[in-house]
Amino acid sequence: MAVELVFQNKPKVIMRFIDSWLMIKRSSLHIIRNTDQLLGAFFQPIMFLVLFASVFGPSISKALPSGVSYINFLMAGIIVQTVAFGSTTTAIAVCTDLQKGIVDRFRSLPMSNLAVLNGHVISDIFRNAISTSVMLLAGLAIGFRPHASGFEWLQIVGILLLFTFAFSWLSAIVGVIAKSVEAVQWLTFVIIFPLTFASSAFTPTAGMGRYLKAFAENQPITQVVNAVRALILGDPIGNHGWLAVVWSLAILAVAVPVASHLFRNKTSS
Amino acid sequence: MAQSTYAIEVNNLTKSFGKTDVLKGIDLKVKRGTMLALLGPNGAGKTTTVRILSTLLKQDGGSVSVEGYDVKTEADKVRTVIGLTGQSAAVDELLTGRENLVMMGRLYRLTPESAKERADELLEDFDLVKAADRTAKTYSGGMRRRLDLAVSLIASPPIIFLDEPTTGLDPRSRLVMWGIIKRLMAQGTTILLTTQYLDEADQLADQIIVIDGGKVIAEGTAAELKSKVGNDRLELTFKSSEIFADALQTIGNNVADSDAENNTVSVNIKDTDRDVRETLDLLKKENIHITSMAIHKPTLDDVFLTLTDKKQTVQKESK
Repeated sequence: MAVELVFQNKPKVIMRFIDSWLMIKRSSLHIIRNTDQLLGAFFQPIMFLVLFASVFGPSISKALPSGVSYINFLMAGIIVQTVAFGSTTTAIAVCTDLQKGIVDRFRSLPMSNLAVLNGHVISDIFRNAISTSVMLLAGLAIGFRPHASGFEWLQIVGILLLFTFAFSWLSAIVGVIAKSVEAVQWLTFVIIFPLTFASSAFTPTAGMGRYLKAFAENQPITQVVNAVRALILGDPIGNHGWLAVVWSLAILAVAVPVASHLFRNKTSS
Repeated sequence: MAQSTYAIEVNNLTKSFGKTDVLKGIDLKVKRGTMLALLGPNGAGKTTTVRILSTLLKQDGGSVSVEGYDVKTEADKVRTVIGLTGQSAAVDELLTGRENLVMMGRLYRLTPESAKERADELLEDFDLVKAADRTAKTYSGGMRRRLDLAVSLIASPPIIFLDEPTTGLDPRSRLVMWGIIKRLMAQGTTILLTTQYLDEADQLADQIIVIDGGKVIAEGTAAELKSKVGNDRLELTFKSSEIFADALQTIGNNVADSDAENNTVSVNIKDTDRDVRETLDLLKKENIHITSMAIHKPTLDDVFLTLTDKKQTVQKESK
């Protein structure tokens, strides 16, 4: 053999980080090269934005506090919806990996198996950041005028990052459980669609029926939407800020161990 | 660590899925630097065995040691000395050939520079240089298998598991794979190969184990297995049924088989020099002319069909 092989001999923790880094790189390349999915990530949210703003805008703006335009109200909701739907990419990626047998190859290597999940979840955040930025620009083009200060924007970014991270891990669970990519698609749809619509994302919750209102006002998406919306409009954030953070952390606290456990079980039988 | 002569040692390996006993006590040993072929029909337990040996699956009973490491308790160490390719392994379709190699090299703990250098070397060796920067999705079946094998060799592990490496390949790609595998053997790699193709085992392996129904039913070299099934045969064909009848009478008791439709007579031969000469002398004395003559050696197909459940094999082929 001509090439002399040099192996790294670093502490286990560092090797684990390198494994995850390599998997993030891999998943990010997938995102860039999967052009169909990438186009969807750009056009779907813009379509939603334009449709909602023009279809619901005229009716709903009557229910809004005076001086708030529907587009300014909608932006927070549509961003959170995009991020929530975007997180389903993780489920599809995890499910595809499990079906293609590449996970077997990874498992025959001296690497950390959970790096595979880390890779998908974190690259998902990159993709979500890109589609959110595109949507903000589209929003500005059709009349969105935020009132947030620089520091408030930082808070918005922080809350959204944490929320994406949490939902992607939740999505990873679906990816491990589902038997096919088709199953992932409808499973994530029936979970995320009601969560985003039965929330304050598109209309104020005040006009909803009693039970729907109770659900809508006490679920994570509403908290995240309300927090982001308050920051965008320059309104007082109230309890929404810390509730959004606590919800995301709580989801993470459950989803990370559950996804890891299921993934390990699934791949070692 | 004192190295034993065996790179792989398996004792009384058992595994069940639910109520189905897939492996019912497999024993096998692979000498360092040799190739063992695991031969058997679909569902015999070949892939299950390989998955246990390569740490993908935990056994129910028995012991497996790979390069002296126990697969159950030292799976991480086992993973540093093995490469797995074939049915159950895969390449990343959205990455290029080079990216696949470098990534896997890094996951094997190679330094970035080392992984890159080795990737270049393997691309060259496996005739993938031109396709190196295309995504694996665009590769042909043969190229994909080559990349798959290259990936498992990225850290030059001393032991390679090849799980049906040529299944589904066209004849030319198959020959290319065989060439690559032979080169690996020449470099002293220990190889465990599973295959349904008997000629593949015959061509490549030092030792062959035939498994069926989760048990080892025969083992030995290709020559040893063939001799279990029968001797070489001399096949003589004659021009007409009259000559055929004369020949039958002349050879008499030595006829092992005859085929009146094709005017063919078979004679068992144990000692080629003696038996062939005697038969031909006999025919010459009676002035019987031979139209054509062939020596038929038993193939591993004969071994396979004789040893494994015939019904099952026929069913499989008629699918």
